Amino acid sequence: MIPAEFDYTAPASLEEAISALRQGGEDAKLLAGGHSLLPLMKLRLAAPSLLVDLRRVPGLAGVARGNGTWRIGALTPHAVLEHTPELGVVSAAAATIADPQVRNRGTIGGSLVHGDPASDLPAVMMACEASVTVQGPSGQRTIPALELFQGYMETALAADEVLTEVRMPVLDGWGFGYEKFNRRSEDWAMVAVSAVVNARDGTCEDVRVGLTNMGSVPLRAPAVEEALRGKQLDAESIAAAAEQAAEGTDPPADLNASAEYKRHLARVLCRRALEKAAGLSS
Amino acid sequence: MSKTVPVHLRVNGVEHQLDAEPRLLLVHALRDHLGLTGTHVGCDTSNCGACTVHFNGQPVKSCTVLAVQADGVEVTTIEGMAKDGELHPLQEAFWNDHGLQCGYCTPGMIMAAAGLLERNPNPSEHEVRHALEGNLCRCTGYHNIVKAVLDAAKTKGATVSAQREVSA
Repeated sequence: MIPAEFDYTAPASLEEAISALRQGGEDAKLLAGGHSLLPLMKLRLAAPSLLVDLRRVPGLAGVARGNGTWRIGALTPHAVLEHTPELGVVSAAAATIADPQVRNRGTIGGSLVHGDPASDLPAVMMACEASVTVQGPSGQRTIPALELFQGYMETALAADEVLTEVRMPVLDGWGFGYEKFNRRSEDWAMVAVSAVVNARDGTCEDVRVGLTNMGSVPLRAPAVEEALRGKQLDAESIAAAAEQAAEGTDPPADLNASAEYKRHLARVLCRRALEKAAGLSS
Repeated sequence: MSKTVPVHLRVNGVEHQLDAEPRLLLVHALRDHLGLTGTHVGCDTSNCGACTVHFNGQPVKSCTVLAVQADGVEVTTIEGMAKDGELHPLQEAFWNDHGLQCGYCTPGMIMAAAGLLERNPNPSEHEVRHALEGNLCRCTGYHNIVKAVLDAAKTKGATVSAQREVSA
């Protein structure tokens, strides 16, 4: 399968990339690892008139930690996240994306701006309360992950903005769990649940739960979080809280699963993810 | 035909200069322009792994990479694995263990397995199976493929330690 024709440019600076994107109009697209965009182009579901390849723009890849914050460059491939276990739930989730070859090319920035609710990282970013830095013609701004995903494959970025970096609070001491259900290891999640828990003396001080593929956008599970916050962190309280995982969701039925089955998966996976995060299972 | 762009490729240590449409996929550049037909097109949707090559030493699916993205990158294909008339330990092991039936997936399997052994020279069976998640074989049931990778790891380990002894 061959993509439709397009023009191509690989600028050497972010400023040039933004200006190429702007001049290219709304049919211009950024290219990072290409593992979301190129398959769509080969299937002719996307036919951008111009690709602005970021591969020559310096400083967009890498993971750094400082002042209680992780800074992850937009072009950092999933494989690097996978092999950085200090990133906790982000590393665990990245390790489940597709397969090793895809993880060597696909990038965190590309995955987030693609905005697919079935992708692993968007809901994880919401659970970690990360934010993204975006650069446009009129300067830089920060968008919290909780406000990034606006609709199915639609984000808060303007057509001429580039996501340059993800910032995420260091969650040292927090437990985490990532539970994903699919039929084949390479597949997108039928449903996945990410959980991060901060416990003190067996009490849940804070908890955040992310839901993947439970709606047209990635979601948090506020009912679960409210049910568990301040409670004793044991199997019973976790099981009770996880019962709320599908509360308020409207998951789309697809080839693999009915909406009812997805709600069931959300509850079961939420319990397992929380048990892992609480250290009750491994 | 849309405008062509110059593409500089370095494949198996050899430099190539192409004028190609930006939409040319790396796998087609390798097969149709450079004649390196050992890299196969299987599913063409980044699932099956038959098109796996190394991109600066890391396995990637060349049906989902534009040739222009490989500009300045060291690409290795199955044709680059044997050195000085000697098969790579993985090629030797796939042969000895009969790690194939029709052979269509084999180049991709070997390139993916080579990526694993580079990172983890002594993998468990589970780790081998996990590392080959992105490669589909419709003939063998994977049994002899996994065996071949484990045997290659042993041989490769032996080769490396023998070299260390010689140099020490």
